[in-house]
Amino acid sequence: MEHTKYLVVGSSHAALEAVTAIRMHDAEGSLTLLTRDTHLPYSPTVLPYVVSGRSAPDGIFLRDEKFFADNHVALKRGKALKALHTERNAAELADGSEIAYDKILLATGAAPAIPPIPGLDQVAYHVLRTLDDATKLNAAIKQSKQAVVMGAGLVGMHAAENLVKAGARVTIVEMAKQLTDGYFDATAAGLIEKAFTDNGARILTGSRVVKLAPSALGATLTLENGTRWKPDLLLVATGVKPNMDYLAGSPVEHERGILVSDTMQTSVANVWSAGDCAQARGFFSDAKVMNAILPDATEQGRIAGMAMAGDPGLKQYPGGVPLNTYHFFGRHAISVGSSKAPAGAEVVTRFDEANGRYLKVIFMEGRLLGIYGVNEFFDGGVMCQLILRQVDLSAVKERFVANPLAVGREFMSKLWR
Amino acid sequence: MGRSYNTIAFDAAKCDGCGDCMTACATAKVGVGDTARSRIQVVGSADDGFELALCRQCGDPKCVTVCPAGALTKDGTSGVIGWKAAKCVDCLLCTVGCAYAGIALDAGTGHVAKCDMCDGAPACVPACPHDALTYITTSRIYNEVGDWEDLFAPGLAGCQGCNTELLMRHTLRRVGPDTVLATPPGCVPGMGSVGFNGTTGTKIPVFHPLLTNTAAMLAGIKRQYRRVGREVTALAIAGDGGASDVGFQSLSGAAERNEQILFMVVDNEGYMNTGMQRSSCTPYGAWTSTTPIGEGSRGMPSQGKTQDAKNLPLIMVNHRCEYVATASTAYMEDLYDKLDKAIQASKVGFAYLHVYSPCTTGWRFPTDQNMEVARKAVETNFVMLWEYTPGEGVRFTRPVDDPLPVTEYLRAMGRFRHLSPDQISHIQGKVVENLAFVKQMVHRASV
Repeated sequence: MEHTKYLVVGSSHAALEAVTAIRMHDAEGSLTLLTRDTHLPYSPTVLPYVVSGRSAPDGIFLRDEKFFADNHVALKRGKALKALHTERNAAELADGSEIAYDKILLATGAAPAIPPIPGLDQVAYHVLRTLDDATKLNAAIKQSKQAVVMGAGLVGMHAAENLVKAGARVTIVEMAKQLTDGYFDATAAGLIEKAFTDNGARILTGSRVVKLAPSALGATLTLENGTRWKPDLLLVATGVKPNMDYLAGSPVEHERGILVSDTMQTSVANVWSAGDCAQARGFFSDAKVMNAILPDATEQGRIAGMAMAGDPGLKQYPGGVPLNTYHFFGRHAISVGSSKAPAGAEVVTRFDEANGRYLKVIFMEGRLLGIYGVNEFFDGGVMCQLILRQVDLSAVKERFVANPLAVGREFMSKLWR
Repeated sequence: MGRSYNTIAFDAAKCDGCGDCMTACATAKVGVGDTARSRIQVVGSADDGFELALCRQCGDPKCVTVCPAGALTKDGTSGVIGWKAAKCVDCLLCTVGCAYAGIALDAGTGHVAKCDMCDGAPACVPACPHDALTYITTSRIYNEVGDWEDLFAPGLAGCQGCNTELLMRHTLRRVGPDTVLATPPGCVPGMGSVGFNGTTGTKIPVFHPLLTNTAAMLAGIKRQYRRVGREVTALAIAGDGGASDVGFQSLSGAAERNEQILFMVVDNEGYMNTGMQRSSCTPYGAWTSTTPIGEGSRGMPSQGKTQDAKNLPLIMVNHRCEYVATASTAYMEDLYDKLDKAIQASKVGFAYLHVYSPCTTGWRFPTDQNMEVARKAVETNFVMLWEYTPGEGVRFTRPVDDPLPVTEYLRAMGRFRHLSPDQISHIQGKVVENLAFVKQMVHRASV
């Protein structure tokens, strides 16, 4: 049986950071990177730009073959993990072969969550998670006249914008009362919604698709209120779920994701997990949460790699802080930290409706919990440090809200320059 | 060995927030002097001064790891983190990754912008009217030297914080393997140059002459090599005691005969290896074990050394050597420059290099302060960095136009803690006198 000291499963941010961290401490130990994707490593986050045509599909790769050769990493593409046999430290692949490992990292990411809507399995629809999904959708949007996007998260909104720009009549259907729920509040969502409707999109929040059936052009779709459409393009973007089917029958504890400690170790020896499939401690509560965002995946991947290699420089995970950026119709939104104000929190907002500028800051006892803005630039990384370090801002609260960019940098200069 | 990179250094104490660096940056990068679009941002600090928001070209850059589009990469040769417009998707995730505000949105273009070090000639640095910004290029030395063989054994047994190991390893790397090394009694053999248990501490021939005959023995060995037709560098690394006291006769004689030797003196201003006794290079007022502090006898309190130091490098100038220079490990580029010249000069005649070496143990200062003490010595003009050649005379290599008061240097260590105001003014007076003396020689060289 093939044997490797380190087996990294997955090939996106968490996996790549783990590889780097392992090689920083252990230059020679055998390392195998396994991915079910047939392409070189890329980021799911860049895929909306492949859909729009802005990013060339062959220009998005995060590493090339040379990187793996230089770092003595055996890259195995198109190889999916089928089952994990932790009792004998072996990974079973979809092709039936097995790889024995000393230490394994599960950085298998997530896949689109497909809602259980009657008839959905009978119709053709798009999802957006892999490069192949993106190139297919890129071809389809050029043909589309009538499109429906199910789900108004960031993936759905990005795709909808591309469809609008390509000239399709686009309808976005979202179950929740507002779009981009979980990232932005009603005011910010309103600004985003207005940008879309100004450009001709139709947004139906608080609404759900109840039935689907095949039609000549694509699908016939029925809403809760009985309305019917026949879109020629249907995109399902109703969220993601972690890839962890391979854990069936294994003792590795998992809930919504794979449960990990503050060093990304799972409940079973020699098994670590990081990235979108991991469920780790949140920064704002000790509960383990899904924080499936890119910066967190890199952080978790690095910690996992250091822990696996036994790097004494390892620092424990401080807990996940939500971080998001969103670019829409030439405008940008940045969200750092908590987007919901817990009881006892102080919320300060500043809204320049005429110019579409909005800022919301959430404080708890003078300390920053969350900040987000639309067309309001501040250094997200500096804000994140203010949150992580729980810096007392009570003396400068007003100045901070007026100019988070300058005041944030002022604190940076004092605290961690 | 990893690479070292050039960097832009900022001295907050010199910055008055004028913003000229920002204007220069914006002009160079976007063609207009709009400071908001500068990639270097002077920001008011919470402590009333100024600080920088500027890309640090991190070794482990977060902006690169969080970029989903592969638009940011760290160049392994220059160390600069470069941004590719064609790959960037304007997602701003890099700004969320950076904790130092080193990459930010340029509202003028709608893209992020960051410092690219202007391809090795940063526009901000010369624009600063107060020298608060410096472009540090010392990395060049480390990148070159790192590829050369270290000719000393690992694990030299120096005191913690001593700069002599650094000096020994750098010097031998630069001089190279075709060398014969003489290390008379002192700290250098004490640290292990002559080895332990029958093996030498170097990968080149090394010998341990007497304090008195170092230059004579080395001269003889060099002559023998010449006779048999072998080109070698004859190098001595000696202490100040060995060179300026008992070894001076043979040193002076070798210089007078213009022997083809490179003689390096590591000046820690005393016999530090044997218990910190005074030498003729120990400065006035300094405590040593033979110039103690105390009640004294017959009503004469002891207050450290009562004579001024001998200026050995200036004495060597009067031998009209091929090359004479003073150097400090706080100024490595300067030291390397002089080392190169001294090696060349030693091929035709006598080359003398005098390196100041603060002694953590004997001078009584914390072990992490060696470079700082060495730097303070130069910044106060307590020691001066200059070089001499017969053709050009004496020339300052790092003139200090606006020296700090000598107390800034004296208070950095314990051996001067007892000084009375009279002693301090004596030392300050000597600094002025010594400077005037060297200046006269420089002036004579220039007319």
